[in-house]
Amino acid sequence: MNEENPLWASESFWKKVAIWVTAGSFLILVVLTFDSLSQTEVGGKRVQAYSVINKKIDYVYKEDLHKFMPVIGETELLFGKEFTEEEAEKLVTLGKKTTQAKNCMNCHTLLGNGAYFAPDLTKAWLDKGWLSKELREDLMIKFLLDPENNARTFGSNRKMPNLHITPDEAKGVVAFLKWMSSIDTNGFPYNFKTIYATEE
Amino acid sequence: MNTKELCGVANAKLDAFVTWTALDRSNLSDGRKLAVNYFIVAVILFFAQLLFGMIAATQFIFPSFLYGWLDFSVNRMVHINAMVVWMLYGFIGCTYWLLEDESQTEIVGLKYGKLAFWVLTIAVAVVVLVYLFIQIGAGNDTTLWLINEGREYIEAPRWADIGIVAVVLTFFYNVVATFSKGKWSGIAGVLTLDLVALAGLYLAGMFYMTNITHEQFWWWWVIHLWVEATWEVLVGVIMAWSLMKLLGVRRKIVTTWLYIEVALMFGSGILGLGHHYFWIGTPEYWLTIGGFFSALEPIPLVAMVVHAMYDAGSHSFKNSNHPAVAWIIAQAFGNFFGAGVWGFMHTLPQINLYTHGTQWSASHGHLAFFGAYATINIAFFYLAIQHWRGDVWMSGNAQNAWRWKWALGLLNVGVVGMTIALLIAGYEQSFIERAVEGSTWSGYFSAQNHPSFQSAMVWRWFFGLMTFAGLILLIWDLLTIGKGETRKMAFVETE
Ligand code: HEM
Ligand code: HEM
Ligand SMILES: [Fe+2]
Repeated sequence: MNEENPLWASESFWKKVAIWVTAGSFLILVVLTFDSLSQTEVGGKRVQAYSVINKKIDYVYKEDLHKFMPVIGETELLFGKEFTEEEAEKLVTLGKKTTQAKNCMNCHTLLGNGAYFAPDLTKAWLDKGWLSKELREDLMIKFLLDPENNARTFGSNRKMPNLHITPDEAKGVVAFLKWMSSIDTNGFPYNFKTIYATEE
Repeated sequence: MNTKELCGVANAKLDAFVTWTALDRSNLSDGRKLAVNYFIVAVILFFAQLLFGMIAATQFIFPSFLYGWLDFSVNRMVHINAMVVWMLYGFIGCTYWLLEDESQTEIVGLKYGKLAFWVLTIAVAVVVLVYLFIQIGAGNDTTLWLINEGREYIEAPRWADIGIVAVVLTFFYNVVATFSKGKWSGIAGVLTLDLVALAGLYLAGMFYMTNITHEQFWWWWVIHLWVEATWEVLVGVIMAWSLMKLLGVRRKIVTTWLYIEVALMFGSGILGLGHHYFWIGTPEYWLTIGGFFSALEPIPLVAMVVHAMYDAGSHSFKNSNHPAVAWIIAQAFGNFFGAGVWGFMHTLPQINLYTHGTQWSASHGHLAFFGAYATINIAFFYLAIQHWRGDVWMSGNAQNAWRWKWALGLLNVGVVGMTIALLIAGYEQSFIERAVEGSTWSGYFSAQNHPSFQSAMVWRWFFGLMTFAGLILLIWDLLTIGKGETRKMAFVETE
């Protein structure tokens, strides 16, 4: 170090800074990753057990927290059947794999990530577009099996293509969507009125 | 005509084309021959990217266009995958380009490098054909292994993932073995460590998970830690080397700057990852951590602008390759505006709650990827073509200079135009779909049907066409620039 080359302009000083800053940030990220993954295990507070598909799921504004939160209610069976945790996991897994195999994410967003050609699927299960909680399941299955002829397009002329989803896969997708709608997403989307809010 | 005759005709046409370009490969060292192979594929994929982007943009205006044949999802997937892959090809090419020069020795393991290039290129071709002709499969592992993983940006099926890892390991071997045989430098060290991180991160995206929160958690490790950490540093390395070569900046200065950039970039970008963990189910502390650190991310980008402009200015912009320097300046500003300014505008959770998953993200995505990564690659294409032509003159008064200038103008104005159109659409969506209607399906469509959204899509289409025209001109210019030029390159003096 000398007049000509003060510390802040020295190569070796910045090399050390670069190494330490990188190592430090990465270490913090690793620690936070362990914590986040454990807080978001299936069956925890933030990400529900797959058997949540047996329950009523709602999404309401909590005054004290100043945000919208999922609320898990009484029994509200899917396809008239009570699923064990294993059966539920199997069905949701089929649904999740189907969403990947059919490339849903390149038209829709899931948890807000993906493409912007079609609506967000995060709370699709709760959307008032399914008219009523009695009609919902059937409408969803019918739509997935033949979107071309069951599209409403809301005046946009955009139709989902026929993705050759089988009846089993369609059930899986509906179960997956129901399960996903119960994830605590820190209040995203904001101000969302569910099918239950409109019914009351 | 039978197949044999057809092949004969195709071959003859290809030969005629090669003769027409009048490019002489003997002007290039072995490492650089390999580099230009990567550049050639990169340009072809860049073309494919824009072609499929145009089709997808058309479907926003006419949804029945190619419906059921090439649906939006397919076109969009090819659009963004072609982008990621061409940029990676470009980066690998840049690395091979500077490898022998920086290590001052001949490339080690060239034949494996060549083999890896062909393996990767054939794999890419197969993946694209499967995307286009098979498109989707049943909801099971076979589809994820053979057709498509259905995860934005890293859709490539698992077999291809494994192939990519094998190829990257070979590439690594070339890099490390060459530096080890020749000599290491600060630039070489940062480059090697950064490549290790870049490749390692890819592994985080290779697994299937039903828990979508975990799945997206790791997905962002790849996407974010690539574009906002490891790719940025790679660009820093490439930039450092080019500033030395193009402008004659002293090595000590560029190396010191490089370390500063690494510190600032990794210091903000690694924890800035948190701006993708606001709404995917992850704990609330990410709102604070992600918001804070990602808000710092523009700082290194300012540093990069200062670096490039100061060096260029202090050498009175005297340089041996005008188009390359022009694209480097475009990089400095594009990176700063696209990533820094556009990224910052929606990175705080209070705003992101409304902009998340709207055309806002697409506006930022376009300007950032183009500004930060398309530009630097194009600069390198110009460097490569100059040497391939035999170090010809590419400074003032070059022949047909209007071509590179117009290509530069059309591409930049086109992308900025698309960015503004998408920004308007994004604001409108944030207000109507998110804030007013609470993101229901009917809210989504109210926003999509709004006149300001619809006209934005039309504007985007026209600016997209301008971008596409710019690319075609760019390709023509790259093929012809310096052809017939007899003057030699203006060599710059090192300080
Ligand atoms: C060259 C660097 C960068 C590139 C190439 C880039 C690219 C992208 C892309 C393509 C997306 C959309 C991802 C998706 O499909 O969901 C995105 C999202 C985002 N980027 Fe960047 N980005 C860069 C730098 C930055 C910086 C420096 C910031 C902040 C200062 C930033 C903030 C964000 C945010 C907040 C999102 C999430 C948008 C949402 O919630 O939908 N980005 N980026
Ligand atoms: C001919 C010019 C182009 C057109 C017409 C075009 C069109 C499109 C379209 C329609 C989408 C889908 C957006 C959505 O899901 O709603 C898209 C996405 C995207 N494009 Fe382009 N594009 C063009 C050029 C580029 C360029 C030059 C780049 C970068 C180098 C780029 C990078 C991207 C990225 C990163 C995304 C994903 C954005 C996100 O998910 O947020 N595109 N483009
Ligand atoms: Fe990010």
